[in-house]
Amino acid sequence: MTELQAEQAAVVPRIESQSQRSRYRDVLIALVAFAVLAILPMLTGSKALLDFVIRCSAFGLFATSLNLLVGFTGMVSFGHGMFFGLGAYGFGLLMQRTGLPVPVGFVATLVITTLIAAAIGAICVRLKEIYFAFVTLAFQMLIHSTILSWVSLTGGDQGLRGGIPRPAFLGIDLSNHVHLYITSCALLVIGLLLMRQIAQSPFGYTLRMIRDNATRASFIGIDVWRAKLTIFVLAALFASTGGIIMALFVSGAYPEFAYWTISGEGIFINMLGGVTTFLGPMVGTVLLLILNDTVTRLTEYYGIVLGIVILFFAIGLRKGLMDFVVEWYARRRAGTGERG
Amino acid sequence: MLPLDIDALTGCLASSACLVTQTTSGFIIGMLLFLVAVGLTLIFGVLKVVNFSHGAFYMFGAYFAMTAYQFTGSFALAMLCGAAGTALLGLIFERVFMSRVYGSDVLMQLLVCYAFVLIFDDVVRMIWGPEFKSMGMPAAFQVAPLFIAGGVVPPYYLLLIGVALVVAVVLGLGLARTRIGKVIRAAAHNPGMVSALGINTGLIYGGVFALGGMLAGLAGALAAPVRSLTPGMGFSVLIESFIVTVIGGMGSILGALIGAILIGMIRSFGSLGFPLFTEGLMYLFMVIVLVSRPTGLFGKEVA
Repeated sequence: MTELQAEQAAVVPRIESQSQRSRYRDVLIALVAFAVLAILPMLTGSKALLDFVIRCSAFGLFATSLNLLVGFTGMVSFGHGMFFGLGAYGFGLLMQRTGLPVPVGFVATLVITTLIAAAIGAICVRLKEIYFAFVTLAFQMLIHSTILSWVSLTGGDQGLRGGIPRPAFLGIDLSNHVHLYITSCALLVIGLLLMRQIAQSPFGYTLRMIRDNATRASFIGIDVWRAKLTIFVLAALFASTGGIIMALFVSGAYPEFAYWTISGEGIFINMLGGVTTFLGPMVGTVLLLILNDTVTRLTEYYGIVLGIVILFFAIGLRKGLMDFVVEWYARRRAGTGERG
Repeated sequence: MLPLDIDALTGCLASSACLVTQTTSGFIIGMLLFLVAVGLTLIFGVLKVVNFSHGAFYMFGAYFAMTAYQFTGSFALAMLCGAAGTALLGLIFERVFMSRVYGSDVLMQLLVCYAFVLIFDDVVRMIWGPEFKSMGMPAAFQVAPLFIAGGVVPPYYLLLIGVALVVAVVLGLGLARTRIGKVIRAAAHNPGMVSALGINTGLIYGGVFALGGMLAGLAGALAAPVRSLTPGMGFSVLIESFIVTVIGGMGSILGALIGAILIGMIRSFGSLGFPLFTEGLMYLFMVIVLVSRPTGLFGKEVA
């Protein structure tokens, strides 16, 4: 064992034991969150609220997975929305054409996403910063234009219509609104928990190191390209899951799901909530969807309002809401520490 | 599975008439793309930011030109309005907003531009309406098309190609030979030193952004008679011109020219041979270039 390896071996278990403790805490928080979400339908009969939570699940998974790339690895992907669209179309097409059981369709969609994400990622992750952002964007536009032009398969600009069949499995009937709601909440909570595990694992710390100094990371023997590709594919899987929830929710898939604005909104959600905390994107999702619903009710010029809000955050505040909360909390703790 | 139509492609390559027609239409696509892409590459070369809202300048150029043409009926004034209006817009946009995010990371720059893509598209929708518009071909160019080796070439196309080539030569020589060109190149290389020598780099940045915006606006104005105008028309042009700059190499004017002509030809001949996969061909070409030469065909800096 070389000196370097010995050092690594000594460092890794410490992170492991730390994460062991926080892992129990994370699971506990996840269980409580799921329980709260699950009893919501019993407390309120409001279908609109449940719909809102389902949409939050879809976009929350998408935005949080983007944060794995943007916040943790420093890869600003501007084409992450392609995997959201891919999930929606992949799942919708599989269910319509083959009549597979829902779980099989789900897994098959993720397998397809893995293959496509690995191929696209292999090309993109070599590039840095703005090149990476634009080449991922270019791939998004390729997928979008393929969906538009391959009318016989995807229905072109009309989208995938005719509904998505969803045979009941294990007593879960996804055409039932409450069942769909519970399933999306479960997918959201499990997805967030898994992403949290990735972020807190030694691999997650490798990613942070690549973000801060990729050259140094490669000097100590980390295969930067492989690590970036791994997280690119993993993030794509969660984005695809978000797309699947969306496809189930609207019972179809539309070209807008794969359009670049989805990626733009994802980036903005991350900015809005803050990229330095794990749950920042989730907070951002809820805020953006509330903003979205309010603004579209008031005016047809949604873009102007959204644009001004983005400018306010990007030029005015320069950080997300959760960043503020964390800083305020840290300052308060430092304040009480001095006094006590 | 690929929708192939090799017969149409080989048939066209065999006939000189079709060859001329397709080549001209490839040149038209390429030259418009060149004007947009060269602005993008110039702004990147000097300011080190990618103007993600560059497509909006193309769109504004087209709308300005259409409105000016409707009011004055003069084609020359329409072109002038398209170019001057977007130059002014570029200057304001750079000085007021973009100059605030130079130091920060790519995320902020993308967000500011993204905000303006949304705002500009909605502003156009507000002023000119969401429906498709067209400017119409000016009377001066409504003459019989030329026949070159049996192929049909509308005279307007020749003007378009001519303007783009003049821009390419003037830009290339201007940057290489004139004093201003040297100052701009120096500012791209080492802005701190240039400003220490008593040159206002803020003015240079604003000027380069205005120049880039003007070229995109000129492209939009020139395209207005031959393309339909719609809010959001700039976005696909932005993506294509970005592909052009990636192929040609960021920061290289010659690269933008060659890349634009290549993409134009791919689109023109690709639409014959692979009608449903034309866009895909473009991306495929970009991927091949990126994998074999990551800095682009004429790029020097490491991407």
